[in-house]
Amino acid sequence: MNTDTRTPSPGAVPDRAAEQSGGAGAAVHAVDLVKTYHPKGRGKAAPEGVRALDGLSISVEPGIVFGLLGPNGAGKSTTVKILTTLAAADSGTATVAGFDVAREHAKVRRAIGVVAQRSGADPVATGRDNLLLQGRLYGMGGVELTRRVDELLARFDLTEAARRQVKTYSGGMLRRLDVAIGLVHRPQVLFLDEPTTGLDPEARTAMWEEIERLAGAEGLTILLTTHYLEEADKLAARLAIVDRGRIVAEGTPDALKGELHGDAVAVELSRPAADELPVVGALGAVSGLRDITVDGRRVAARADDGAAAVPAVLAALDRIGASVAAVTVSRPSLDDVYLRYAGRSFAAAENVIEHAAEGASR
Amino acid sequence: MSTAVFAPSAAVRETWFMTQRQFMAFLRQPAYLIITLIQPVIWLFLFGALFRRVVEIPGFGAGSYLDYLVPGVIVMSAVSSNMWAGMGTLEEIERGTLNRFLITPVHRSAIMNANVLMQTLTTAFQSVVIVLLGWLGGAHYPGGAAGLLVLVVASSVLGAVFGAFSNAIGMLVRERESIIGINTFMLLPLTFLSSAFMTTGLMPHWMQVVARFNPVNWALEAGRAAMSEHADWWSVLSHGGWLVLLAAGAIWLSMRTFRSYQKSV
Repeated sequence: MNTDTRTPSPGAVPDRAAEQSGGAGAAVHAVDLVKTYHPKGRGKAAPEGVRALDGLSISVEPGIVFGLLGPNGAGKSTTVKILTTLAAADSGTATVAGFDVAREHAKVRRAIGVVAQRSGADPVATGRDNLLLQGRLYGMGGVELTRRVDELLARFDLTEAARRQVKTYSGGMLRRLDVAIGLVHRPQVLFLDEPTTGLDPEARTAMWEEIERLAGAEGLTILLTTHYLEEADKLAARLAIVDRGRIVAEGTPDALKGELHGDAVAVELSRPAADELPVVGALGAVSGLRDITVDGRRVAARADDGAAAVPAVLAALDRIGASVAAVTVSRPSLDDVYLRYAGRSFAAAENVIEHAAEGASR
Repeated sequence: MSTAVFAPSAAVRETWFMTQRQFMAFLRQPAYLIITLIQPVIWLFLFGALFRRVVEIPGFGAGSYLDYLVPGVIVMSAVSSNMWAGMGTLEEIERGTLNRFLITPVHRSAIMNANVLMQTLTTAFQSVVIVLLGWLGGAHYPGGAAGLLVLVVASSVLGAVFGAFSNAIGMLVRERESIIGINTFMLLPLTFLSSAFMTTGLMPHWMQVVARFNPVNWALEAGRAAMSEHADWWSVLSHGGWLVLLAAGAIWLSMRTFRSYQKSV
């Protein structure tokens, strides 16, 4: 299987080739999905409806973690609902595990596992009963099912709590149970819709480790939606940035960040530069270094390869007698990527969309 | 072809699994269980004490008011416990449990049939308990086992009617307030415009007319007709028939709203 899922692949940004090939062999393949919600009555704000998806296309190769990153209301959950047969698209086509989501409901449902944003577990039933029922709904039973359930309980550290009612579970335990529920029938594609939203940092880290363990195991393909930049960066081998119902950028996290042309190189001088001109002049001579600014002791610049530029930067500063206290090189963050493709910062997009979606989401 | 042969049995099996889930939830919430049983006891003894001398009114007919009251309380309990079914459905929608089931290959009919089955079974159970409590309190059942069976079945079917309507409202309006409002508005008029506490013969004429179209009264008429010493099976069949028709209509309506819910996801 594909063990090294994080190999950066060239060709970031909309993968037209995969789209045109018809998605043969793709675990998830969606083309031009459009979905408009018409809020009932009260929501007079948008009489023509809210366009949740506006021609969204993605293609996910089997065996990887694919991240769908975007602010709340960008269309991630609507995409998941369509791909998991819960909702029908107004137009566009999609296949999951090779089956058409609009016409082959039963086959798609057998091939997928879903961990939705809201836990679907029955709070009154025990964790074990929730898992047993889930298995039975997929036609499993007998020893095969009990063995599978015990295995999952052990794997998600829930054996001790197995016979307790789910309402007594902590947030992290509940989330682990949700993932176990999604895995009972050994799906080929697992959808994780904002799996760590609402978790405390400790539980979030634990969930990340869990997802990393799942990734690549048994050929499982994971489609992860998240509005946490660092989550997408950490877990996804490839990711697509969603904004206003469309994919605005796609690629590996590293490739997407690489598109930004340059790492930030920050130098802290021991003493404030009396005159910034010699500093700018010295650094201007270093090849590949640009956007140089000097502000007291702080010197900032960008370089295609920040780490490689450091020795030259130090040598140049040494030549003019400026002593250096510290140097840091940072890769551009996904926030920078988002800003570039969506034309606005992530936090700003989140605010706007939350206001627009009020009253329309019901 | 082979799937067509197995489909019905799978649907039945899944209905059973889904019903089992609800039944376990019922058992695991002892407070709820106790309330559904204590409430009828209170009604039985409250109304029994309050209206004890009603039987003395010429034309009432019954010998003891408790004998008269037991079917009334059974039917009222069937209505009052099932009219809240929509709250449970609403909670399942909000919690995401319903969507979780919709993502599995479970038969769509199994999800709703389990609701109806569960409501019918719990209502039957509740009715039997009230029959026993009434018997302990000294009530007589001249119609014997057959009469009691008709009463329990009629109240269960009535329970299914109100459960299905409540589910339909829950899925349609998606607001607890609406269910609470409708229920508090409906319960007492529906019960008092029936023969639950007072024989229809002693009602003002307009009430008698309204009662004739009241499904709560249909269940009572069917039950009382079967429970009397000389059972009136024609009354059982006609009232029971209307009740079953109404139940079919209510269940059809709840299926329709369930489909429209699925489209709204």
